[in-house]
Amino acid sequence: MTEKIVNNFSLTIATVNGSGSQTANVTLLRALFKMGIPVSGKNLFPSNIQGLPTWYTIRLSRDGFTARRDEAEVVVTLNPASFARDLASVPPGGAFFYADDIKPPIDRKDIAAYPMPVKALARTADVSPSLREYIANMVYVGVVAHVLGIEMEAVKQALSFHFKGKESPVNSNFGVVQAAADWAKQNLTKSDPYFVEPMDKTSGLIMADGNTAAAIGSVYGGVQFAAWYPITPASSLVETLNVYLPQLRKTKDGKATYAVLQAEDELAAIGMTVGAGWGGLRAMTSTSGPGLSLMAEYAGLAYYSETPIVVWDVQRIGPSTGLPTRTAQGDLTETYFLSHGDKQHVLLLPGSVQECFEFGWKAFDLAERLQTPIFVLSDLDLGMNQWMTQPFEYPDTDMDRGKILWEADLEKSNGVWARYKDVDGDGIPWRTVPGNAHPASAWLGRGTGHDENARYSEDSKTWEANMARLKKKYETARTLIPAPVIETARGAKIGIIAYGSTAPAVDEARVLLEQANGPKTAYLRMRALPCTKDVHEFVKKYERIYIVEANRDGQMKQILSMAMPDQAPKFRSACHSDGLPLTAAWVRDAILEQEK
Amino acid sequence: MTTPAPTQTNKAGLTRNDYKGLPSTLCAGCGHNSIASQIIAACYELDIVPEKLMKFSGIGCSSKSPTYFLNRSFGFNSLHGRMSSIATGALFADPSLRAIGVSGDGDTASIGMGGFKHMVRRNVPMAYIVENNGVYGLTKGQFSATAEVGLNLKHQGTNQYMPVDICMEALASKATFVARSFAGDPKQVKELIKAALSHDGIAVLDIISPCITFNNQENAVHSYTWGKDHEAPLHEISFVPALDEIELPGDFPEGDVREVTMHDGSTVVLKKLEKDYDPTDRGKAFQMLEESERNNLLVTGLIYIDTSRPTLLDTFDLVDTPLNRLTEPDLRPARETMDKINALMF
Repeated sequence: MTEKIVNNFSLTIATVNGSGSQTANVTLLRALFKMGIPVSGKNLFPSNIQGLPTWYTIRLSRDGFTARRDEAEVVVTLNPASFARDLASVPPGGAFFYADDIKPPIDRKDIAAYPMPVKALARTADVSPSLREYIANMVYVGVVAHVLGIEMEAVKQALSFHFKGKESPVNSNFGVVQAAADWAKQNLTKSDPYFVEPMDKTSGLIMADGNTAAAIGSVYGGVQFAAWYPITPASSLVETLNVYLPQLRKTKDGKATYAVLQAEDELAAIGMTVGAGWGGLRAMTSTSGPGLSLMAEYAGLAYYSETPIVVWDVQRIGPSTGLPTRTAQGDLTETYFLSHGDKQHVLLLPGSVQECFEFGWKAFDLAERLQTPIFVLSDLDLGMNQWMTQPFEYPDTDMDRGKILWEADLEKSNGVWARYKDVDGDGIPWRTVPGNAHPASAWLGRGTGHDENARYSEDSKTWEANMARLKKKYETARTLIPAPVIETARGAKIGIIAYGSTAPAVDEARVLLEQANGPKTAYLRMRALPCTKDVHEFVKKYERIYIVEANRDGQMKQILSMAMPDQAPKFRSACHSDGLPLTAAWVRDAILEQEK
Repeated sequence: MTTPAPTQTNKAGLTRNDYKGLPSTLCAGCGHNSIASQIIAACYELDIVPEKLMKFSGIGCSSKSPTYFLNRSFGFNSLHGRMSSIATGALFADPSLRAIGVSGDGDTASIGMGGFKHMVRRNVPMAYIVENNGVYGLTKGQFSATAEVGLNLKHQGTNQYMPVDICMEALASKATFVARSFAGDPKQVKELIKAALSHDGIAVLDIISPCITFNNQENAVHSYTWGKDHEAPLHEISFVPALDEIELPGDFPEGDVREVTMHDGSTVVLKKLEKDYDPTDRGKAFQMLEESERNNLLVTGLIYIDTSRPTLLDTFDLVDTPLNRLTEPDLRPARETMDKINALMF
């Protein structure tokens, strides 16, 4: 056996979609996390309820890297349909675990192959026959845990979490894990170099997915109304609202301070959201690309009528239906310019689970302050996969309900006010909302041309003045949105700009570049659009700017080129989109290739 | 010098002027103007405080009309076919507000059909008026989905497709209030608007409202002439507000009058005309609509009513304070909950 490789490899598990393997996979991920080892898990699943192949990859990284890797040194397969492909994917020296009932020839001598008596051991489980197929997945948990050295106690903790402490399922599942580990101890001889050993690198961290974080963040942001239509990979966001709102947002007498409504389509989901936002509620919807396209018309109305709403776009790869279960950053330009006519929107770009939480609450403050739709662009990788993260931090600022006038305010002004008048010089007007009983409070919202008093107007000058004010308001937005995160490097001549879920790949790629004696890089991670002053300054400082993104067209590069045309010749795209999260190696190579 | 006559006010202390809107920009003689007048009259007579009513519309001639009534009410002239969703969301802001929506046959029966039917099935509490003229006016006279087969329009030729019957669609979607009226019968329009505004649930009111510019030929079923010649009221309808004593006009034998008690205690009195009609039987309502189509009649009146179903808002156990009056202490969970939530994560 070659030298031991500890806590620094990837493990891919191939199963059949719908067979219950997700519980087993997440159990392994959590057990490793519990052992203090930095991990990340990526679920590569088909758009299917049951039957198609699915892969789950866990990366262990002693250095704390969480980006996806292409290779997996340890491969587990329970799926006859993907067996040949799985076997071929194991690198020389790797380990291959397989269900022994598949019985195909294993024609590779350069790997360690471990058969697992999955069916035989599952039969011994203390569960009803209907659960046997599900619990069979615990066989590979036990075998793999034994061969790699995953602690049984950590596995038990993971199971206990999954089954919410319920003794019966914990015991029956753990029973199979233990039996499988015992079997492995007696029947398998370790002949691969991959080992797991406890570390202390995850203490103080939690594990969560971005959609959960976004939902909880929205709850702390005071969401009052959410309308939605089911779509992968966004569905779990509002479904999670439905878990936490009843726990956190009912009054003492059990009454709700919120409403969540499943609409008939995305047209209605955003329409209801605009209605609620206009009504003075903190209103949101969540969707993915196809739904976002349907929302375009109402997005324009929200922009032009100056109605605060929050729209989460958990991106999947497009165009069209695309690959519903694969990730991308392909909706950037669409969202930035969503709807017809002159307009630009404010986009928030969370780059971590923690930021999904933070932007969950912050988006409402920005929407009400700016009286405009705020779009938050997450994606499938960030939204649906489990990530290690710092615990969620309670909002550090009070709620900003923006410029709103109630009865007492109108009494003070003797009822004098104008809905679309820029009284403060920041382009943001004052508003009233229904229910305000002052006789001068009411106004009629509309998507048609209007004057300062919200009255219908076809006057050219009135139109242009209003549009100029909206542009001014957009300038105000630049001063309020989250600033980019900047890492400088002494002597760096090139800069990297990235955003969203590519952050882990870029972080690691910068280290890989250093190891490859490549160029030193400064790094700016954008957290919002439009561009702030910091972005302009960063771009000016460096000779070349690599814009890393998970799409085909280099959409951020397009936007930045428009924002600073004089700097555009500096921009180089490092963009790539095949439905999978970017790897650090790809980012490194994309930069090295262009630096030749 | 004579003292000016005291201005008449209603029980809300408001004059008719307090219910007016801006001058209409629709064609003179348009059925929609007549309906706007009846909305003003109905709201005045119901003593509705304008600030306690929201008005909605989509896009089209009919959807312009919220500008022409209730200046003191909040409202939204939204997107083509999308009144249903914006109204649904807005009603959550303050459930103490009533709502009236004005849409057209294009807005409701073509581009907005899906939203319309879903709003109906959710029993969203709103008086939903369709000003139905069988034609697109603002785009200059194309067929709408309610145009009858064989209708000839200038530049458009002959309509080949079966018309959508909005009352049928509403019934099929389990509407709790379905009525049809005719802009040429303003008294009935007003009484039905009052009943619709007093209904706690979706109240679909399909009003044939002739387009005098594009579709008012004598033989067209959305014309004034056809309507006047073919209108067949189901009953004589009168609306009696809560607390008012019901005074029946004239002498009526037992069984000739039906009374429907509304959620707010008001009563809709239906006086039998030629035949008895029971507006609480959905099956009979379908049958009646089928027959009226076969017999070439414009049957008007209260077609169906069910006052027992909960509204959309009833299905949410909301706090008593309007949601849009809640503030940070109500909306942001306390700081100490954060640790508990983090502890729920792995």
